[in-house]
Amino acid sequence: MIEINNLSVSRDGARILHDVTLNVPPGRLAAIIGPNGAGKSTLLHCMAGLLPPDCGQVLVNSRNIHALSEARRALILSLLTQAQGTIPRLSVQDLVAFGRWPHHRGRPTATDRAITAKALARFDLDQLATRNVETLSGGQRQRAFVAMAYAQSTPWMFLDEPLAALDPKYVRDIMDRLRDMTGDKTGQRSIALVLHDLSVAARYADFCIAMKAGRIIAAGPWRDIVTSDLLSDLYDTPLRVAQLDGVPVVMGL
Amino acid sequence: MRLFPRALIGGLIGLFLLAGASLLVGATNLWNTQLDTGMVLAISRVPRTLAAILAGAGLALAGVVVQQSVQNRLVDPGLIGTPEAAMLGLLAVTLLAPGAALLVKMSVASVSALAGTAGFFLLARLVPRRDPMLLPLVGLIYGGILGAMALWLAWMSDLVQFMGIWQTGEFSGVLRGRYELLWIIAALAVVLFILADRITLLGLGEEYARALGLNYLQTVLLGLGCVAVTFAVVVVTVGAMPFVGLVVPNIVSRWRGDNLRRNLPWVALLGALFVLGADLLGRVVRWPYEIPAATIFAVLGAGLFLWLLHNRKVRRHG
Repeated sequence: MIEINNLSVSRDGARILHDVTLNVPPGRLAAIIGPNGAGKSTLLHCMAGLLPPDCGQVLVNSRNIHALSEARRALILSLLTQAQGTIPRLSVQDLVAFGRWPHHRGRPTATDRAITAKALARFDLDQLATRNVETLSGGQRQRAFVAMAYAQSTPWMFLDEPLAALDPKYVRDIMDRLRDMTGDKTGQRSIALVLHDLSVAARYADFCIAMKAGRIIAAGPWRDIVTSDLLSDLYDTPLRVAQLDGVPVVMGL
Repeated sequence: MRLFPRALIGGLIGLFLLAGASLLVGATNLWNTQLDTGMVLAISRVPRTLAAILAGAGLALAGVVVQQSVQNRLVDPGLIGTPEAAMLGLLAVTLLAPGAALLVKMSVASVSALAGTAGFFLLARLVPRRDPMLLPLVGLIYGGILGAMALWLAWMSDLVQFMGIWQTGEFSGVLRGRYELLWIIAALAVVLFILADRITLLGLGEEYARALGLNYLQTVLLGLGCVAVTFAVVVVTVGAMPFVGLVVPNIVSRWRGDNLRRNLPWVALLGALFVLGADLLGRVVRWPYEIPAATIFAVLGAGLFLWLLHNRKVRRHG
């Protein structure tokens, strides 16, 4: 469970989040949606403990995330962010193995190696294990980074726009696996992610956090709260939720 | 993973051979029977060889640390103001406390070098990342400003001669009793080997490093502290030597990737090999006169660097 109470956050002196109060239940795939500049990414980074709040607090599994050291935080939550700067020249295997670093801090055990191998297999990276991350395609590279976050084995996973600029095939690759994780009987994960493609969100997410101008507009189970009216209001443009062969899609009108 | 892979042993053998050559080559002919050969070796040649090995390894390791910290492979601590900041500290302590012990001077130079490097690190956070060439240029300007301040201070206080010695790295002045500070680099190398994983994590960027449980600020300060002390020691004992920290890490990264747990020994080894090689070359091209190792390295290093730039792999998209 994530409990966010009266959270306000500023970046570069400008207030981005205004008095956000929100509960996110565990075991869900929670999509944060909203127009550009709504503060989605800021909220995710603050939930991950990387941005200090001006006031308010974030409790993840009843622990104040900003009062914990990085080392402890990395055992509770993992983060996939949009990589900046240079892409590391690491093999896929080495990159995924770094997901275990919070657990072993430099002295990997047999368990760490086993979990790394499991993550590689789960994300279909066995064939690419020795390849340099730098030489992968965008979709493969993103899968490797998600596998690293998965190997971290934290109860919560936060992903900031994991699908940016990916082909439909890779979108499905990643979203199918994320959904499987929230449904896992053993080692179930709770996932919160920023999504831009509303049809992808409608298809995969089972919890919705709708944001606009630094505030939460609505939050709840996707089916109960996401309607054509809500989305049209949220994005200031006519949108319609429809069913296509039993799958929800969101269309601009 | 074996502790000493075969290739690394090959490299070490190469270093020993080069060190052997370094002991035999110089202005003084060792086979001159009127000289005490043992004395020449003990006072000049052995210290000189060790100094080149230690300085080369230290400068190359410093290059990796800075490049990982600012996530830019084109940055060289020798070209971003670190040596100039060390010189400023040395000048200041020479002026304020001329009689201070060498260790005190060293400490002041180290702290000053750390402040200068940290200043660059803060600047780097403001420089847009789109163009990787921008940051090294900012570093050159920043280093130029610090260098100008140091030169002005030296000029005002009649210490320009010292500046000249600190600015051009060369090993002809290395004698027993005047290079031992460089052994600090060996200790720093051990520290960096222990920090290897953490420095690799720095290269993933601040967000990933922190999300993977790294105390980011502490790690950066530790890493830059090692860089600063390395430069302070090198500037005081043999003089600044740019390009080592640029060329060597780039060669190793291209050849073997960025997993520093595996590659730091290679960085240290290649740094030692290159600098010792440059010194040796400087001793023979105009024998019996000498060309400073830094000059040789600047010529060869610039060429190597241009080649690296030209051969930059185009990043694939999509």
